[in-house]
Amino acid sequence: MATGVAAWLPFARAAAIGWMPVANCPMPIAPRDNSKKQDELIILNVSGRRFQTWRTTLDRYPDTLLGSSEKDFFYNEETKEYFFDRDPDAFRSILNFYRTGKLHYPRHECISAYDEELTFFGIIPEIIGDCCYEEYKDRKRENLERLQDDQEENMDLKMPNMNFRETMWRAFENPHTSTMALVFYYVTGFFIAVSVITNVVETVPCGATANQKDMPCGERYTVAFFCMDTACVMIFTVEYLLRLFAAPSRYRFMRSVMSIIDVVAILPYYIGLVMTNNEDVSGAFVTLRVFRVFRIFKFSRHSQGLRILGYTLKSCASELGFLLFSLTMAIIIFATVMFYAEKGSSSSKFTSIPASFWYTIVTMTTLGYGDMVPKTIAGKIFGSICSLSGVLVIALPVPVIVSNFSRIYHQNQRADKRRAQKKARLARIRIAKSGSANAFLQSKHNGLLNELLELTGTEEDEQKLTQKSISLLESQHHHLLHCLEKTTAHEFVDEQIYEQNCLETALQTYPSRSPSVSSHDSSTRTCCSRKRKRNVPLPNTSLPTTHSTHQGPLQELSAIHIQCGDPLSHTASRSNLNLKTDESSRINCKSGRITTAIISLPTPPALTPDGDGLHGPPQRRPPRPPSHPPPLSIQTTTSSAGANIVKVSAL
Amino acid sequence: MGALMVIFSLQPKQRRKTDSVEDELELSAVRHRPEGLEQLEAQTRFSRKELQILYRGFKNECPSGVVNEDTFKDIYSQFFPQGDASTYAHFLFNAFDTDHNGSVSFEDFVMGLSILLRGTVQEKLNWAFNLYDINKDGYITKEEMLDIMKAIYDMMGKCTYPVLKEETPRQHVEVFFQKMDKNKDGVVTIDEFIDCCQNDENIMRSMHLFENVL
Repeated sequence: MATGVAAWLPFARAAAIGWMPVANCPMPIAPRDNSKKQDELIILNVSGRRFQTWRTTLDRYPDTLLGSSEKDFFYNEETKEYFFDRDPDAFRSILNFYRTGKLHYPRHECISAYDEELTFFGIIPEIIGDCCYEEYKDRKRENLERLQDDQEENMDLKMPNMNFRETMWRAFENPHTSTMALVFYYVTGFFIAVSVITNVVETVPCGATANQKDMPCGERYTVAFFCMDTACVMIFTVEYLLRLFAAPSRYRFMRSVMSIIDVVAILPYYIGLVMTNNEDVSGAFVTLRVFRVFRIFKFSRHSQGLRILGYTLKSCASELGFLLFSLTMAIIIFATVMFYAEKGSSSSKFTSIPASFWYTIVTMTTLGYGDMVPKTIAGKIFGSICSLSGVLVIALPVPVIVSNFSRIYHQNQRADKRRAQKKARLARIRIAKSGSANAFLQSKHNGLLNELLELTGTEEDEQKLTQKSISLLESQHHHLLHCLEKTTAHEFVDEQIYEQNCLETALQTYPSRSPSVSSHDSSTRTCCSRKRKRNVPLPNTSLPTTHSTHQGPLQELSAIHIQCGDPLSHTASRSNLNLKTDESSRINCKSGRITTAIISLPTPPALTPDGDGLHGPPQRRPPRPPSHPPPLSIQTTTSSAGANIVKVSAL
Repeated sequence: MGALMVIFSLQPKQRRKTDSVEDELELSAVRHRPEGLEQLEAQTRFSRKELQILYRGFKNECPSGVVNEDTFKDIYSQFFPQGDASTYAHFLFNAFDTDHNGSVSFEDFVMGLSILLRGTVQEKLNWAFNLYDINKDGYITKEEMLDIMKAIYDMMGKCTYPVLKEETPRQHVEVFFQKMDKNKDGVVTIDEFIDCCQNDENIMRSMHLFENVL
């Protein structure tokens, strides 16, 4: 429960009088307010600056330093104040958290200093209010990244225990790690350049020989170029195989873009080796040589900028696609118009619409080669419209794309951030709610024990009482929920128990009880959707009596489940309950782990094994003292839990 | 010509803007200060110290001094995490907002609490009747009671034992009317209500349940 709401608890309890005339059974007793202390002012001296607040303000959050008895360690007897040797500026926001219930992060504060203060005072940073949470998370992430970068640089220097393969992979990825890697890096770079230049020079016409006219150098010095090509390809192949060997995940490496480029770069050579020089395939062979130009993409391993460009293009693919699409639309429109406009004129170059595409593109990009020109007046008019609109169509989207780059990039980051924060916020709310609900269910079992102990009031039980000291606030809240249960004659249960009940009521209507998992799921679904009318209408007056007789075993059942903490599957739980006594008492004795909510007050941890034996509504007070061990009731309930399950579901 | 039209269309917008600024100022200036401590002491049955504590809590949660219905629903829902408390909170709000101005001020709050915590049994039953009587006509009809009952059962939520069925509130209303409606005319009047409650031991005992709240 949040703090401010705690101030409204008296109101909520008073308003519960509205349920009284409606209720059919008597209400549970209200918890006593044993602390009759007056509210007093506490002085907190933080490095000389004195803060004052009410004691009840601090008591709102008993799981923090200031709200618990931990602050007694800092109590100064002479000056009658609590002294903390911490930063007074940061303390301001911490004290405001107690006052207002919202934790704020001051922007001028250093993130790690603030974190330390929060840890010291026992406050979890997740409860920072939404107004400051984004800023806090951003700063924290930046800080972490900076620390990580520093760590990575240090890490590269100290990693002596890697095996050969890992060393090689690291050498490939970061050439700066060792001299060998650097040498390798430059050698491959050199050979890529050589290969590309060779491809280019191959086609330059060398001087004319005596018997033939100008031929490209490639054909003149075939052997030399072939040797060069072979050398380059051998280097590339060796490099590729080495990378493949060193890669931590070979499959993933083979799927990566860089490795595909490598393969495409060297493949034409091998295919060329394999294929002979016959006429049919030489055309294909020539095409294949074109792929040699892909070797230039191997430079992207050497250049960070190329990689970034590739990434940005990939991320803006949709924008580029749209640009292309709109361009295509415009081209088709204008090509059609020009074709029909120029249809009349003789010797027109606009022979078909596809032929006009070329004119349209050249005109729209304002190139204007002049190989195709309109001759009719209509053609000229439309041609000028085409060139004017070309400026708009082409020039406008480009800055839009550029701004889209930055906008979409930042937006993605912000959307992810917002989604993560929303998820975190919902999770926080859900945890707080379920924590509060669980706390109530848990203390129901404690609370009944406490009431009985209070009535009998023996010495050792007073000790037990003080051990499980739920705060007064919690006990009052739980009393309120208990009154609601009594008014409606229904009980709050755990989600798991609820689904199990659904399951059992469904099972009891089905004659064949085949416990296959699939039928369990389907029956849960049908019974919980509650589409058909149940033909077991019980009058409400009889509900309390039947309720009370069967309340015991099922509460025990729910105690087992809550105490165990881990969700038992449907099939498993059924089999567990049909177990013998020792098995079920083993479940009983497992120390439970109750989830504490971040904001709500924590519930006391494990129950003592004989603590949860006493159940049943308060009016059924057993006359015997509780020192008589209630294992009697435990034994009967757990051992007959299997049998009782069937009876209970008959409700 | 077009320019003139543009100018004309611009002007009314500016005027509207200044109006809305004033409206915003008015809305944000809603602050409520309660009457003096002595007057409240006289009107309610709380002591000075208790009023101080109450006001501090109230003002902490609602710095503007009044609670509107949405805040009220939020606050009340925090106490019932497993169910939906908004319908019942709506009825409660109407019961507290005695002057029906859409907001609960500290005076309304403290008057209500005074009746509930320090009032006589008669006054408490009166208050409860007022809560159930949604349209405040002096009669509780079955429909009104059904609304209230559904609101109460809504607060329980889904995960209950035994499983909540559709007709449970209706049955509960039937039981209630059987008990309360002496002349079987289909409505419960204030006298029938108070008579019947005074004869029921459980209800009488539960009326004193919350007296030590403050």
